[in-house]
Amino acid sequence: MAQPQLRQSQPGQPAGRGRLGPWFDRVCDATERPVEWLVRLCGYSAILFVLAIFVFVFLEAAPILPKLDWVEFFTSPQWRPTSQVRVQYGILALVVGTLSVTALAMALAVPLGLGAAVYLSEFCPGRLKEVLKVVIELLAAIPSVVWGFIGYMVLGPVLMETTDADIGVNLLNGGIILALMSVPIIVSVGEDALKAVPDSYREAALALGASRWEMVHRVLFPAARNGLLAAVLLGVGRAIGETMAVLMATGHAIRIPQSLVDPIRTLTATIAAELGEAVERGEHYRVLFVIGLVLFAVTFVVNLLADVVVKGLRGERGS
Amino acid sequence: MARFLGLGGWIWCLGCLAIAGCARGRAEPLHVIRVEGSDTMVNIAQAWAEEYHRKHPEVSIQVLGGGSGVGIASLIAGNCDLANSSRKMSEKELAEARAKQHAEPIEHIVGYDALGVYVHPSNPLEEITVQQLAEIYGEGGTITRWSQLVPWPEGQKDRIVRIGRQNSSGTYEFFRSAILGKKRDFALGSVDANGSKDVVALVARTPLAIGYSGMGYQTPEVKMLRVSPGPGKPAVAPTAANALAGLYPITRPLQIYTLGQPQGVVREYLQWIYSEEGQRVVEALGYVPLK
Repeated sequence: MAQPQLRQSQPGQPAGRGRLGPWFDRVCDATERPVEWLVRLCGYSAILFVLAIFVFVFLEAAPILPKLDWVEFFTSPQWRPTSQVRVQYGILALVVGTLSVTALAMALAVPLGLGAAVYLSEFCPGRLKEVLKVVIELLAAIPSVVWGFIGYMVLGPVLMETTDADIGVNLLNGGIILALMSVPIIVSVGEDALKAVPDSYREAALALGASRWEMVHRVLFPAARNGLLAAVLLGVGRAIGETMAVLMATGHAIRIPQSLVDPIRTLTATIAAELGEAVERGEHYRVLFVIGLVLFAVTFVVNLLADVVVKGLRGERGS
Repeated sequence: MARFLGLGGWIWCLGCLAIAGCARGRAEPLHVIRVEGSDTMVNIAQAWAEEYHRKHPEVSIQVLGGGSGVGIASLIAGNCDLANSSRKMSEKELAEARAKQHAEPIEHIVGYDALGVYVHPSNPLEEITVQQLAEIYGEGGTITRWSQLVPWPEGQKDRIVRIGRQNSSGTYEFFRSAILGKKRDFALGSVDANGSKDVVALVARTPLAIGYSGMGYQTPEVKMLRVSPGPGKPAVAPTAANALAGLYPITRPLQIYTLGQPQGVVREYLQWIYSEEGQRVVEALGYVPLK
C-alpha cells in the first residue's frame, strides 16, 4: 500500500523504480500468506507453551502423586526432604508463608496502587501525568533480583533499626518488596479501568453537585469495579508467583509466622533453592514439582478469576 | 493489558538465543578426564577443571556431582577416572573395587573442609561446645537464649537467631552429621541462607545471630567461636593449622580416589592439584588447603 505513495512523492527518481514497483508488489502478494501463518503461529505459540509447561511439570510430578501422603503434605508444617531420621514433606508452613507475604503485600499495595491510579486518571495535570506514568513503568521494569537485593541489603538493616525485628530479612521485608513490585501493575491496569468510564458519568456527577472525591468513590469506583478488581487480582498473581525477591528478602525460614517481623519461607522460594541440588528424578525432586503444580493451580485460578472479572461476567450476574 | 501478554514472544527470543549459543563450535580436546562424586566438592572440582583446562587446553575435564557414594560406585564400575568423596571408602566398597577392577583404590587427601561457627562481634561469647551447638540447632534443643550460654546484658533481647543453609547443601549435611549425628534432625525455623557467604553476611548484620559456614569466609565484621569437642575439653581456635592437625572438631578431609596409582594425564592433573596453584583454588573457595 505504501509503495505507490512513495513513488508519487518522489517523481524525480529514475525510470528503474517503475519496473521495481510491480515486482515488489508481486513479492508482497506472494509473502502475504506465509507471513499471515507466521503471525498466527506466534499467537498459538502462547497456548502451546502454557500447555507444554503444564504437561512437563505434571509428568515430572506424576510418579510421586499416588505415593504421596496428601494429609501430611497439606497439613504438616514439617518440611524435611533430606532428613536422615524421617523424611517429611509437609508444605503447611510454606503455604502460610506464601499467603501471609502475599496478603501483607496486597494490604500495602492495593491502597497505594489504586490511590495512584485515581490520582493519575482524575487529578493529575497532563505534563506531570506523563512523567509519572513513565516512572511507574520504570518501576515495573526493575528485575526481581534487584528488588531482592534492595530488601536484603537496604530494607533489612532499616527494619532492624526501626522495628523489634531480630533479623532484617523477614515477612515485613518481603511484604514491602512485593508490594512495591505489584504497585506498577495495579496502577496501570487500574488507571486503564478508570479511563474506560465514560466522561458523561463524571459530568453528570459533578453537575449534580458532587465533590470530586464523591464522584470518585460513589460513581467511578462502582462503574470501574470489574477493572479495579482485575488490577488487584493481577497484583495478587504477581505476588504469589514472585520467587527471587522473596527468596532474598523473607529469610527463608520454615516456620509459621507469629509476628510481622518473623522470617518465613514461600513455596516458590523453596523450589528455587532446592531444585538445583535435589537428585534428579528422586523423591525430593518430584515433590518439588508437586509444589509447582500447586502453584500452577493457584496462579491459574487467580488469573482465571481476573479474566472472568474483566469480562464483567460478575457484574452481569450480580446486578 | 497487552504489555503483560508478550510471553510467547519472549520465549521465542530466548529459544533463538539458545540455538545461536549451541551453534558455536569447539575444538576437540585430546584427553578427557572424568571426575565424579561429592556434591560438596563439585564446586572445587569444577574450579580446578576450568583452571587446568585454561593452562592445558589439550586436556578436558568433565565434572559430575551426584554425591560421594555415586562417585565411588562410578569408580568401581570404571566409569570415571577420579572419584571425589567427602568420606572414606567403606571396606565393602574397597573389596568390590578390588574384585571388579583388580586394582587397589588409592586415597588422595587434597584439602580440608572446616566449618567456622560465626557470631556477631558484639556477642560476648568466645567459645562453645559441640553439645551446646547440638542443643541450639537440633530438633527439641534446649538452648534458645544467649543468656543460657553467657552472661547477657540485663534487659536486652537474647533470643538466638539460628542461621543455617538450605537443606540440599553439602555444608548443611556436614554440619548435621558433625554436630547432631545420624539420629537427630535440625530444628525447623532457622533462617536458611543460600550460600556460604550469605551466612556470614547475615550474621554480620544480625546481633543475635549464630551461623555456620566455611572457615575461609571470615570477614572483620563477624567473630568465629572457639569450638570444644566436649564438656571439659579445651576449646580449639578455628585455624587452618588446627584443622590440619585434626584438633578442630568440625573438620573433614576432602578426598579423591583413583584406581591404582594414577598414570599419564591423570597423574599430572593430580600433581597440579597438589601444587601451590591447585591449593590456591582450595583456599579461594573457602576450604582449608594442605599447606
